[in-house]
Amino acid sequence: MNRTRQKPGFRAWLDRRTGLDSILRHALDEPIPGGAKLAYVFGSGLLFLFLSQIVTGVFLAMYYVPSADHAHTTVAYITKEVTGGSFLRSIHAYGSSAIIIVLLLHLIQTFFYGSYKGRRELVWVAGCILLALMLGMAFTGYLLPWDQKAYFATTVGTNILSEVPWVGNGLKRLLRGGTEMGTLTLSRFFVLHVFLIPASIFALVAIHVYAFRKAGAAGPIGEDPESPKLPSERFYPKQLVMDMGFAMLIIVALGVLAYFWPTELGPKADPSDTQFLPRPEWYYIPIFQYLKYWHGSTSVLGILVIPAMVGLLLIGLPFYDRSLERRPWKRPVSIGIFAGILIALGGLGMVSQREDLHNPGVAAQLKTQRDATKEFMHAKFEPELSGTLPLAQNTAPVNPAAARGKEIFEGRSCNACHGDNGVGTAAAPKLTGVAQKYNSSQIESLLRKPTEKMSAGGMPAVDLKEQDMKLLIEYLESLK
Amino acid sequence: MAAMETQPVEVGKADRRSFLVGLLAAGGAAVGALLAIPLVRFTLHPVLARTTEKSWSDVGGVDEFQNLTAPVKKLVTIEQRDGWRKIVIEKPVYVSKGAQGQLIVLSAVCTHLGCSVPWVDKDEKFICPCHRGTFAADGKLVSGPPPRDMDRLETRIEGGILQTQYQFFRQLVRDKEELA
Repeated sequence: MNRTRQKPGFRAWLDRRTGLDSILRHALDEPIPGGAKLAYVFGSGLLFLFLSQIVTGVFLAMYYVPSADHAHTTVAYITKEVTGGSFLRSIHAYGSSAIIIVLLLHLIQTFFYGSYKGRRELVWVAGCILLALMLGMAFTGYLLPWDQKAYFATTVGTNILSEVPWVGNGLKRLLRGGTEMGTLTLSRFFVLHVFLIPASIFALVAIHVYAFRKAGAAGPIGEDPESPKLPSERFYPKQLVMDMGFAMLIIVALGVLAYFWPTELGPKADPSDTQFLPRPEWYYIPIFQYLKYWHGSTSVLGILVIPAMVGLLLIGLPFYDRSLERRPWKRPVSIGIFAGILIALGGLGMVSQREDLHNPGVAAQLKTQRDATKEFMHAKFEPELSGTLPLAQNTAPVNPAAARGKEIFEGRSCNACHGDNGVGTAAAPKLTGVAQKYNSSQIESLLRKPTEKMSAGGMPAVDLKEQDMKLLIEYLESLK
Repeated sequence: MAAMETQPVEVGKADRRSFLVGLLAAGGAAVGALLAIPLVRFTLHPVLARTTEKSWSDVGGVDEFQNLTAPVKKLVTIEQRDGWRKIVIEKPVYVSKGAQGQLIVLSAVCTHLGCSVPWVDKDEKFICPCHRGTFAADGKLVSGPPPRDMDRLETRIEGGILQTQYQFFRQLVRDKEELA
């Protein structure tokens, strides 16, 4: 009976097997108390930006090498040579700024609407952790190009850790992979940036969205935070159109920025440079400025205690602010503190800018750095030199007998299969270290009469005069 | 059955809904395709870029080869691009004289299986140590398994310096065929 009533067609079959339709319906029919609003677009905008970062990041990893030797060359290669490389890298770099901006808008909207109140504590908590994780992404990603500003900004950034009492220096060494910044620091930041933090973000986004759907949308400021009463509108179509419009706006803005003002890359990190003045990315400037005011015995207070308290105040907000009042004008204290912090951060950013402009020494040095970056960007891409030539020069035999043996080795084309300097090729094994396995007379008998296995692999019998054979063996024994 | 009965009432709304679905899907697909273009070009870059740029390498001063009686071995330095790396390798070539007495440069790679072929003064021939293919001083095939003469490389003389364009050729084929 049942079988005859099943709907025909691929879509119906897929739905029977996966339940896709009901999932889609569940997603699209999400009720929004009070109806769709432009103010609600930031969350899905963030999700969209995060996806864009994943896609561009995965593609950038196709050329990037996380090692102090090669990182800068590979980023320069992406920027200067690979088709579309500068564009994709710029989308990724500007995308990180866009995430911070939209995160702030999302946070401000949620705060002013009092959306964290009532039944939505977990949504807020997961969101605060996501904010911290995104700041971690920005911090770890900044080092990866391994140019001057990346290196020195991260040196300063990680140095702050040593202000933490007792464990500070240990933490700093752990993050750097040693006492100094180096290739291990880069590896660690790479692993954090592409594996650990993104994995945590996936998990937290799942919790954030699940908690949001479980609690339901908050609705406008007049809505009850515990049990919504306003008539609701479905997410689809109006809110979806608004969200998609916002996503399009973001991608167009990123595309225009990336196309007309591509992200620059500075000269390769030079740890011996003592002049370089590091400046973090714009969103860290206020914190950078704030940290300048704390030194000596009070620094623990400013660098650790106050930021920790602000963080706790923020994440714990729905637990101590239990009033159900959502209208901002009825919540002067919390709104005042929140706005005060935002204004203070903006003010700190402006003070930093002013100090840099008004200190002639600093302004001149920053200009020098900008010019160096421009100059590097104009220079043609210089591929990294690697190969057998420098190796051959380094390993030229010093022993004259071995040197003559080398001529025989090359004259008899032994190197055609065993490789230059006996390093081995796909056709024949390496001969380096052969002296550790055989003595001279064993080597001679193997050369004059190769084993069956050797012959099968293409090794001919070496027919040389006694004197030449001695020279050849001398050379083979010199191969290390 | 009850759902079937309510359907006619919902038709107008459902139509509008599916039209919007189509519009959104089309818009999304268009933007997706637009975004995919740089990604595809980015991925295809190494497939479309040349790995070895043809470039001239110095072999030696022309005077050095004026009184050539037998082919002489020279190492030329060639640069190969491997993505963001530049590999510098040395390749052996032989400078010899052609039929009209002009300078020629021969690749030392045997046209049979790719062993490097040495000049043997005693026999006045190139003799491949792998399978005994032999070639005359101007690279002409004399005997043995190789399918063709030794490969001549392009040459030019710039400011008294003999230069050559090192290239790789396919082995085991009768006609010289350049490998990219």
